[in-house]
Amino acid sequence: MKDLRISSTRIKYVLPALAALAVLSALLSLCLGAAALPPGEVLAALLGRGGGTAAQIVLYARLPRTCGCLLAGAALAAAGTVIQGVLENPLAAPNVIGVNAGAGLCTAVCAALWPARAAAVPLAAFLGALGGVLLVLGIGYRTGASRMTLVLAGVAVSGMFGAGIDAVLSFFPDALNGYADFRVGGVANLSMSRVAPAFWVILPAFLLALSLAGEMDVLLLGDETARSLGLPARRLRLVLLALAAALAGAAVSFAGLLGFVGLIAPHMARRLAGEDSSARLLLTSALGGAALVTLCDILARTLFAPYELPVGVVLSLLGGPFFLWLLLRQRRGRRRKRA
Amino acid sequence: MLEVRRLAAGYPGRRVLEDVTLALRPGRVLVLLGPNGCGKSTLLRTMPGLLSPLGGEVLLDGRPLGDYSPRQIARKTAYLPQSRTAPSITARRMVLHGRFPHLSYPRRCRREDYEAADRALELAGALDLADRPLPELSGGQRQKVYLAMALAQEAETLLMDEPTAYLDIRCQLETLALARRLAAEGRAAALVLHDLCLALAMADDIAVLGGGRLLALDGPEEIYRSKILERVMGVRLGRFAGPGGWRYFCELPEEG
Repeated sequence: MKDLRISSTRIKYVLPALAALAVLSALLSLCLGAAALPPGEVLAALLGRGGGTAAQIVLYARLPRTCGCLLAGAALAAAGTVIQGVLENPLAAPNVIGVNAGAGLCTAVCAALWPARAAAVPLAAFLGALGGVLLVLGIGYRTGASRMTLVLAGVAVSGMFGAGIDAVLSFFPDALNGYADFRVGGVANLSMSRVAPAFWVILPAFLLALSLAGEMDVLLLGDETARSLGLPARRLRLVLLALAAALAGAAVSFAGLLGFVGLIAPHMARRLAGEDSSARLLLTSALGGAALVTLCDILARTLFAPYELPVGVVLSLLGGPFFLWLLLRQRRGRRRKRA
Repeated sequence: MLEVRRLAAGYPGRRVLEDVTLALRPGRVLVLLGPNGCGKSTLLRTMPGLLSPLGGEVLLDGRPLGDYSPRQIARKTAYLPQSRTAPSITARRMVLHGRFPHLSYPRRCRREDYEAADRALELAGALDLADRPLPELSGGQRQKVYLAMALAQEAETLLMDEPTAYLDIRCQLETLALARRLAAEGRAAALVLHDLCLALAMADDIAVLGGGRLLALDGPEEIYRSKILERVMGVRLGRFAGPGGWRYFCELPEEG
């Protein structure tokens, strides 16, 4: 509880600091890899003045990968922030409540049936993500929507969708060939042609979510208070969840089932920026998520060089323990409350 | 002015109240009394449209409530629910949320909104709490912040569901004094209370609910004389003259 009183001066520095961290990690990500490149050469390549293999590596291998990391991290973190806020559930996240798995299934189906339509994949992923979140939410409403029920329903739905992905892959083994490590999430071998359509989904969805931050703030006061202030709580909840589905779905459409960013980043953001303003929380979370995934990807590339881990593996190794710690803290908190 | 006519209220499949007619007049404090489960809260929630009426009508300034958007209603009536959450935000931020119905998309607070929030905090006696996070505050302090939020809404009508619950006696008296002050400013207030003696001492009008109906609606003096409260609540009420007015007391009826 002590963390609640965060000095306003510190808050002022959080966003610039995180933005700097994201830029720095992006630059590092462009420089480091199987062949380390000096920053000067990277910059020259980015500005179109470089030449030779270095420029080739930067522009066609590393730049899409770095952009993919930043974009996926920011989108999943923002989606997690929205989902946790709207469901008033700190354990909720896109990978927990079936959003990622739904998006994954639709991505797999889309890639299997229409391999040439790369631009349609984010849209299909969005529909899958929306299906996932509505299914879990529906189950939650039916059963009285306790926090645990929602998470358990999410686990069940994720499991079903996961089986669906595997089924699609047994029939179309090559469907996801363009994806590195789809099941755990990876950004190797990304091309701009896959990142760009997702970007055009994520940008408007994020801006829209940001513009609804005031509504989100009021929604957090509880349904009755929100409605007495003239907020159509139920409708808004659906709109916000749809935006979260668009964000997470678009990220999954090129990065695969990246877990845990959507869970960890919002929690870190709350610690850093407080909960006074959903707008600041969303920005903090998105920047933090972008930096987190990019840094994890650098680790994934360099830890066992020349071998590479999928970034999803590193994220899960960090995120799994974090989730368990969160669960334990929740349990303890509840026991203390009962006593 | 908010009024209900021949209102039937309740939840789908469960009627709680039938045939209630009353009006919240500017400058007056109306207290709703009645045993647990008699529909006081249901009535209070139906009036600002949080529950749909099962019959009869709710009128806001003479027009049916359905003619207004939720936001328009929120600008004219503020509602303080019985169960109140304590999100991890500062008191001032909380009170600023009371300005929500006055802001259009994308809800950027203007200078006048900050001023209204600070005015409301001061009126509720909570200005010194403005920068403290809500979860740190005591029940009474939180209550003041919630009251300030309802005040920041600058609505003509205030509906408060058990505003004194869980408060110590000083906070209870302060809350009621605030309700009186708001009425003196020309606003209308409706309160659900459990303390009959406080209600009789401070209300302009008292509505007694019981058995799913409005049993009486009158001034405290008439309500006291009619002995309706004694019958509905199953207690004996008495009073004696104190400095500046009657002092009421309440006890179990004598057996036999």
